[in-house]
Amino acid sequence: MALQSLDVKNRSATNFEGPSARSTLEVAKLIDVSRCIGCKACQAACMEWNDLRAPVGSNQGFYTNPPDLDDQTWTLMRFYEENIEGSLQWLILKDGCLHCTDPGCLKACPSPGAIVQYSNGIVDFHQEQCIGCGYCVSGCPFNVPRIRKEDSKAYKCTLCSDRVSVGLEPACVKTCPTGAIHFGSKEEMVFQAQGRLADLADRGFKNAAVYDPKGVGGTHVVFVLPHGDKPELYGLPRAPSVSPLVSLWRSGFARTVGVITMVGVAIAGVLHYMRHGPLEVPDEKKEA
Amino acid sequence: MSSNGEPQILRHSVAERMAHWVVAIVFIFLFLSGLALFHPIFFWISALFGGGPFMRWLHPLVGVLLGVVFYWYAAGLARDNRWLPADAAWKRNMWAYMRQEYHPSDTHKYNAGQKLMYWSMVPIIGVLLLSGLALWQPWFAPHLSPTVRRIAGLLHAISAFVMFVGIGVHVYAAYWTRGSITAMVRGTVSQRWARFHHPAWYQEITGKRP
Repeated sequence: MALQSLDVKNRSATNFEGPSARSTLEVAKLIDVSRCIGCKACQAACMEWNDLRAPVGSNQGFYTNPPDLDDQTWTLMRFYEENIEGSLQWLILKDGCLHCTDPGCLKACPSPGAIVQYSNGIVDFHQEQCIGCGYCVSGCPFNVPRIRKEDSKAYKCTLCSDRVSVGLEPACVKTCPTGAIHFGSKEEMVFQAQGRLADLADRGFKNAAVYDPKGVGGTHVVFVLPHGDKPELYGLPRAPSVSPLVSLWRSGFARTVGVITMVGVAIAGVLHYMRHGPLEVPDEKKEA
Repeated sequence: MSSNGEPQILRHSVAERMAHWVVAIVFIFLFLSGLALFHPIFFWISALFGGGPFMRWLHPLVGVLLGVVFYWYAAGLARDNRWLPADAAWKRNMWAYMRQEYHPSDTHKYNAGQKLMYWSMVPIIGVLLLSGLALWQPWFAPHLSPTVRRIAGLLHAISAFVMFVGIGVHVYAAYWTRGSITAMVRGTVSQRWARFHHPAWYQEITGKRP
């Protein structure tokens, strides 16, 4: 809700094009998983800046805490213990919204303006327009949005759109003590991510890769994954895309066919009546 | 007795008429509110029903009401809607019937067109009800996988579309067939009407040859 309406490129349930007089620099957050030590400072900074506090939970037997994303937890450190090539590895992923170029949530949303995409690539939820239908949840290929029980509104990472709009980096980026999270132009972040792959290869991570999935048009949160050949190990889908079920359901084609047929039924009724008149009981006198 | 003194036959009981009009009114609400969520150009309709969040909250509740009343109503109509061998002829001559060039003399309480409507609405409303339950926030949807919810969303839209077309035909057919709407409001039809449109039913009720 922080960037100017001038910068809204796409708006949910809206038929017209967004304003295009100007365009802001496309931004991205780079999360270099190989540099992450799992300190959860980003998670704390997110809560701090956005003034969120999940209720104190209970130990679920693993290090991930709270156990899942929720309306108060917009970014979550997920910890995975994996046996890779005979050695136990502790994989850590900072989960949250990836800010897709082709956002399934925005496509699925039926409420005008409840989900917007800024020209800098940030996908933001406007809770005052949210009707609580949960379609963004089924639209998302990454299972990110969460509906708050108390108010039936959807919540997720804003990529600190309020901070970005005044030239600051997201809170998680600012706080990261190891420099695992970077923020800048999408171009530069991808360049930087590619550069890391050579270093990782030297350290033995031959399959390291940049996670910027093309199935959703690329994302504005980009990962460097040491085991890039197996993104599932980090809980990331291998080839995410907006489900064809959602695309068909929300396509202009399906909507147009639906509306035209409905209007067609009404017109057919009028024309039939003009041509064939009402079906009346024949006059008995004539009958006789 | 109607105003012109013609002898009348009861066609729809009070309970059936009430169920019919509850379903009709509830369908109009469900259709319009669903349309608002289906296509952005109709989202303004949500203003008629208390705004987006309220309409979204109300739609599934009313949907359950439709399911309950419809299936209660439909259960009572099942017997008269059994498909009979004679219905095949009507179905073959459907277009001729609509051009008023064909009029069978062995129609029971419902003609084959009405039976086709009945047997299409019975499963379609079931699909709408089940897919609607799967989409229902916050009750059922959060416990289902994204794939199930995506399929439900698509099925709900497709079956709502089929239902609209079906109900559109039903409403027009009722208007076209003079006397039907009065019958569904006041319950009765004239003996002449029954003898012309539903001769076999007329004979069953009155014992007279049509």
